[in-house]
Amino acid sequence: MASSAVGVTARPNPLVALRRSGAGPYLFIAALTVVMYFVLGPRQFINALTIGAIYALVALGYTMVYGIIELINFAHGDVFMVGAFVSLFVLTNILGQTGSATSLEQIVFELTVTFALTMSAIGILGVVIERFAYRPLRNAPRLAPLITAIGVSFILQNIIQIIYGPSPINTPQVIPPTARVDIGGISVGWINVFIIVTAVVLMIGLQLFVSRTKVGRAMRATASDREAAALMGVDINRTIAITFLIGSALAGAAGVVQGLYLGNIDFSLGFQAGLKAFTAAVLGGIGNLTGAAFGGFFIGFVEVTCGNFGYFVWAQAAVFMILIITLVFRPAGLFGQQLGERA
Amino acid sequence: MSAQSAIPAPSQTNGPGMRAQVAAFSARHRSTSVLVGGSLVAVLLAFVVLVPPFSSFSPQNVWVDGFTNAGVYILLALGLNIVVGMSGLLDLGYAAFFAIGAYVYAFAASPFTGADLPFWPMLFVGAGMAAMFGIMLGAPTLRLRGDYLAIVTLGFGEIVPITILNLSDYTEGPNGIGGISPPSIGDVPFPTTGNPWPYYVTMVGLIIISMILIYRLQESRLGRSWMAIREDELAASANGINTVTTKLLAFALGASTAGLAGVFLAAKLQTVTPNLFRFDVSFTVLAMVVLGGMGNIWGVAIGAFIVYEIQNVVLKQLNLFFDNVQVPILSDINFIEYQYLLFGVALVAMMLLRPEGLFPSQRRKRELHTEEDAEFGELGDPMGAAPE
Repeated sequence: MASSAVGVTARPNPLVALRRSGAGPYLFIAALTVVMYFVLGPRQFINALTIGAIYALVALGYTMVYGIIELINFAHGDVFMVGAFVSLFVLTNILGQTGSATSLEQIVFELTVTFALTMSAIGILGVVIERFAYRPLRNAPRLAPLITAIGVSFILQNIIQIIYGPSPINTPQVIPPTARVDIGGISVGWINVFIIVTAVVLMIGLQLFVSRTKVGRAMRATASDREAAALMGVDINRTIAITFLIGSALAGAAGVVQGLYLGNIDFSLGFQAGLKAFTAAVLGGIGNLTGAAFGGFFIGFVEVTCGNFGYFVWAQAAVFMILIITLVFRPAGLFGQQLGERA
Repeated sequence: MSAQSAIPAPSQTNGPGMRAQVAAFSARHRSTSVLVGGSLVAVLLAFVVLVPPFSSFSPQNVWVDGFTNAGVYILLALGLNIVVGMSGLLDLGYAAFFAIGAYVYAFAASPFTGADLPFWPMLFVGAGMAAMFGIMLGAPTLRLRGDYLAIVTLGFGEIVPITILNLSDYTEGPNGIGGISPPSIGDVPFPTTGNPWPYYVTMVGLIIISMILIYRLQESRLGRSWMAIREDELAASANGINTVTTKLLAFALGASTAGLAGVFLAAKLQTVTPNLFRFDVSFTVLAMVVLGGMGNIWGVAIGAFIVYEIQNVVLKQLNLFFDNVQVPILSDINFIEYQYLLFGVALVAMMLLRPEGLFPSQRRKRELHTEEDAEFGELGDPMGAAPE
């Protein structure tokens, strides 16, 4: 309807031009960020960005897996939760850390070890889940892997609940929450800076990996047409395993920062966070990495806004409404191609 | 029938002729056989518990009361079977509709609202309300791929208890609504303690009626459309099935069964709290349907019964047994703690090893064993994306 107007009139409609350029979603996000800054104030704004960064990291795993094998990996939220507990284990049982670290060297050392161990362990967990719960069902009816996914999610939750018990557990906040830095006249916690920078670095790294490397190209090829990719010599099983490895490792990283930031974790953490991160992935356009990242930040804003105005208990409901609204009006998400409904 | 011969038949005491006759009769007179079979099972169950070792666990009244609660889960499993088993849609928030049914009756017959509407018509109202919510939720999502329904229902199942919990002014929040009227016949209310029989008989009646209706649905045009959609949505729509309406009907009918179960539960417990409807319930019912055999009505009913009894009797007895016997490690384990881990493992194992369930329906079995036609590869994926 809009495209016909372009053909008739000499001057293109600016709205159509905007749509063609693909800048619309970015403008939307930019405008939203500015509005949020003034609505929330600097302190809560930074808080929202930090929480959003965590959701964004989790959402990337959803979107990568969905992009490549079109499966909603219900277990992904719980993989993130296991990441938080593995980092707790590494920090307290291996490094013997209980409270905040005292020196910069200690912080650097402990965080390096924690990230390395947790991300590897969780990456491997993701590969194991894929190998045993999803790969055998790759050609089965769609319902089958969804059911195993929800089964795996319950298994992970219950294993952690049996080991650590049902109540929340305090995690060592290695970066002291009191350490603050002055950025442009605003006092920001170092922990916030650390989390946002870590998330952004990981996202840029992922983007480069997917767009520049040979394995990344294999991933994109597999996502767009698995059989054609196989005919071109891509090892499908290996590519999918690598996708799970990377997606889960990112969730592991998110788990580490979750513990560092909030200072307590519990076994049901993954269920709620998973739902929010999935909404972020859908909102951004599932299968789209940039979209998932922005979607994560968007959900962070929603949650903090709800909390800021005293409706924290409704945050989950608000996120759910966003999911429904997105599915009704823009099922391909903000950044996705508008393919319309698929059978 | 030809597929049946492929299964190694268990040792038959009746002889094949008798067995075939019974099978032929039940195929011809489905409703009668459900009525007779269901009543027989109900009577047998109520008296088998008088026989040791069952009689040593608890008195008959307690058993029958437990069976009534198991019946609530059987109803839930029958309803979820319409959605998951017959239509191939994954509903992960089924407990939400259960909650809606329960709260509808709680609002209709409790001192909290002051209303005191009779139980029997409220069964229909509760089922109708649940169906309405099902349609509201399904309408935006069923146009999309099946996976979205799973996540949206998961979210819905999470939101409904949260909403009930936080709207304290309207729902009494975490305390729940108490003092709900029990059902009554004429002016005589059901006894609330000591005598579980009226509830048991009501439950058996509800299950039998639901089973008959669901069997009739399954064999109707609508039921065949559900199966067609489950097996290949694209082919179904090419053959003139309105997939959105058909899926929506499955979703609404499944929800209405949960609503029915919810009304019954509220009337039986005389109190409802949001904690009764957590995700655990949705997950348990899904495990029941998967274990019992997706698509097989008797199968899921038996699956639900077995899972419920494992949850509520077997694990408890194991705990008691090992508390008495004092085996070093086993007596420290609280088996009830492990139940969901067990169900999770069971779900994964079933999907990998025997996706058609313990009591498979023949049609579903053929459909789920796709390894044989591996050469079709992606094309064998019935609900997969349309090839572009």
